[in-house]
Parts: sequence; structure tokens; C-alpha cells
Amino acid sequence: MTTQRKAVSLISGGLDSMLATQAMLDQGIHVEGINFFTGFCVEGHTHAIRKKDKAKPKRNNALWVAEQLGIKLHIVDVIDEYKDVVINPKHGYGSNLNPCLDCKCFMVRKAHEWIKEHDFDFIITGEVIGQRPMSQRRDTMPVIQRESGAEDLLLRPLCAKFLPETLPEREGWVNRERLYDFTGRGRKPQIALAAAMGFEDFAQPAGGCCFLTDAAYSNKLADLWHFRGEREYEIDDIMLLKVGRHLRPRPHFKIIVGREEGENRFLEGYRKQFTHMITTSHPGPLVLLDGTANDDDLQLAARLAARFSQGKNADSVRVELHERGKAPRELDVTPLTSDEIPEGWYL
Amino acid sequence: MSHHQLDARRLLCPMPVIKTQNRVQELQPGDTLEVICTDPGALHDIPAWCRISGHELLASREQDHDIIITVRVGNRD
Repeated sequence: MTTQRKAVSLISGGLDSMLATQAMLDQGIHVEGINFFTGFCVEGHTHAIRKKDKAKPKRNNALWVAEQLGIKLHIVDVIDEYKDVVINPKHGYGSNLNPCLDCKCFMVRKAHEWIKEHDFDFIITGEVIGQRPMSQRRDTMPVIQRESGAEDLLLRPLCAKFLPETLPEREGWVNRERLYDFTGRGRKPQIALAAAMGFEDFAQPAGGCCFLTDAAYSNKLADLWHFRGEREYEIDDIMLLKVGRHLRPRPHFKIIVGREEGENRFLEGYRKQFTHMITTSHPGPLVLLDGTANDDDLQLAARLAARFSQGKNADSVRVELHERGKAPRELDVTPLTSDEIPEGWYL
Repeated sequence: MSHHQLDARRLLCPMPVIKTQNRVQELQPGDTLEVICTDPGALHDIPAWCRISGHELLASREQDHDIIITVRVGNRD
């Protein structure tokens, strides 16, 4: 009796990893999925926070893909370990603060550790040569194998025919003839294969699945590092960068303004950690203050809070101020006009 | 068989799923786990995770701003 070989598949929730996994299942390999949560995953969060997105499907695509494939999925929290990838990427960043090549090396390394712990035989990914400008190029494919430590235990079924044989192919666990030769950014071969495999629905995330590829998000993270004087972050920092309007009127503080009910509710969870304020004479958003602020700064922040309230055209707006460790107090302020808010304050 | 609780409030998906997954690994087949969350995504994700992992969803309900999902731990493979 032959031993059924076991592979772990990096499941992002997109089409390519879905197809790569199905290709292995079709060859009789036992496959389980693994999905790494870095804290920067677009999946879920933004939909969950904003009330206006309430009607959008909130499915986690990695879980959904695993269910379509009929495989188990292991979701692994790598938030802390991942910091070093974001803060010190050996191969640098892409067009924003996206360390794609280091990220892929990290994830394959984690998958390699996982297969050793769980007695699996090899790793598969949905990588395609030329698909991504930084991490999925012909010259970076061997870098990922080498730096992850996975070496020839890493099989990319969708472009395997362009790559040297891996151990699963040499050993005959996988038939190389039934692997693929996809290249480039076009999606037609994948969509045709999806149809051939019987998949009618699949996620096609536009612009990737990581906030670090987003210019606006990266700018806010760069601002955070610059004004804190160190390139560090905690999970709450990176979550808050996804929510609200961020304005930095002074180098030593910024404010985060909820844009709607869902965001205000999310920000309410941070009231104990931050100085915060809310307008009481008029409906308005919850405003968190991140940094240090003297009385003049608090006055300015309150005038900004008033600006984003329904009293923006009123002569005076009452703002309830909650400074950390102090009793709440009220300030009566004149809302800033739009002309008094320089464009450069917006992050 | 015993009943357990997990507070996953204020966590955004997939963290409630990860916390549920990790807690279930410590429990015995037949044990029940009540997960309290605030992220509406959990209403979809925890049942999906149960289906692919061989655990049983016993109930899910919303109470004020909380979502309470009860899972029965399935047999280990």
C-alpha cells in the first residue's frame, strides 16, 4: 500500500491558491490549508467596522475557500513575529510599505516549521511567475525557497513547469505532467482552470489583500513611526490606522475622528486608552487624541471635533473632554472653518 | 464534558476564529464553548470554521451589541 502524502497549502482566499490546492487534491494528495494573520490583512476588518458596509458579505475568504475545497484550515496569529518583517525588511519595500518578498519568505518559513511539527511532506503555494512585481518573479522564486529553508519541499503547481523539479515531483508523489505553466499578470488561464475544476464563484481581490500595499494606509503608518521617533507598532496602532479620519495638527499629537456610527462604536472601545472628546450640544463623532496635548492643543482638538460635528456652522459648540486620569470637563469652542484646516493636517 | 466561555469582544475577524480555534484545541470532544464577540463577521466565520473542522454549531444569537456563539467540540481525527 502506498502512503498518502500530505501537503500544507498557503491559502490566501484568492483564486490562485484555491486552484493550486485543487490541483494537488486531484493528484490524491491530502491537503490542509494554512492562513497567517499578520494584522494587516484586509479580510474582514473594514467590512466589520463600517456600518455603511453592513450589507456587504463578511465572509472570510480563506475559510470560504477551504470549505469549497473540503479541506481543513489552520489560521495562525503571527502578529508579533511579523513586526520584524514590516520594520526591517531585508529586501526592502514595494511602492508603499509592503515588504512582499520578505513576507513571502516569512510565510513559507512558518509553513515549513508547521510541516515539520505536524509530520507533513511538503508545501504548496498559488504563486505564478510574473504575477506580482516584487515577490512573484522568476528570480525571486529561488530566493523564497532558500531563505524560507523550505528548499525543494516548496511546490508551486501553477507555474511548476517553468521551475526546477521539486522533491514531491522527483519522488513521484506528484505527476509533473499534470502541473501548469502559467506566467504573467493575465488571469485568463486561471479563470479557464477554475471553470474546468467546476468553481463558479471565487474571490478576486483587486489590489491585493494587505493594507501595506495601500498608499493612504502606508502614509499613516509612516507618520506614526516618524512622530513617535521609532519604527514600532502594537496591534491597536495598526487597527486604528484602518479607522476614521486622521489629522495631525501638531507634531506631538494627532486626532482620529469617527466617520460614522460603526467607526464611532469601534473607537469607543479605545476610550480608556486615549484622551477623547465628543460634542454634546450637537450630534458629532467620537474623537480620540493620540499623543500629548497642552491646554492650547486641547482647545484646537476641540475646535476640530466641533468642525466635524453637526454644529460646524454654529457660533459655539460644547465639547465634553475626557483626559486620561482626570475628571471630564466641558469646553465651549468655535468650530474651525474649512479654510482654517490646512490640507497637510490630513493623513 | 464541561462548558467553557471565551470573551472575544472588541476583536475583529479573524481573531475571534483564531481564539476559538486555539481554545477548542485545549478542550475535550463533547465539551461546549460559548464565544462572546462583537464583530458581526464572527456570525459567518465561526460557523464556517466549525463546518470545516468537524465541530458542531449549537447556537448563535445577538444580545445588545454582543454576539454569542456556542460550539460543541467534535472528535479529533
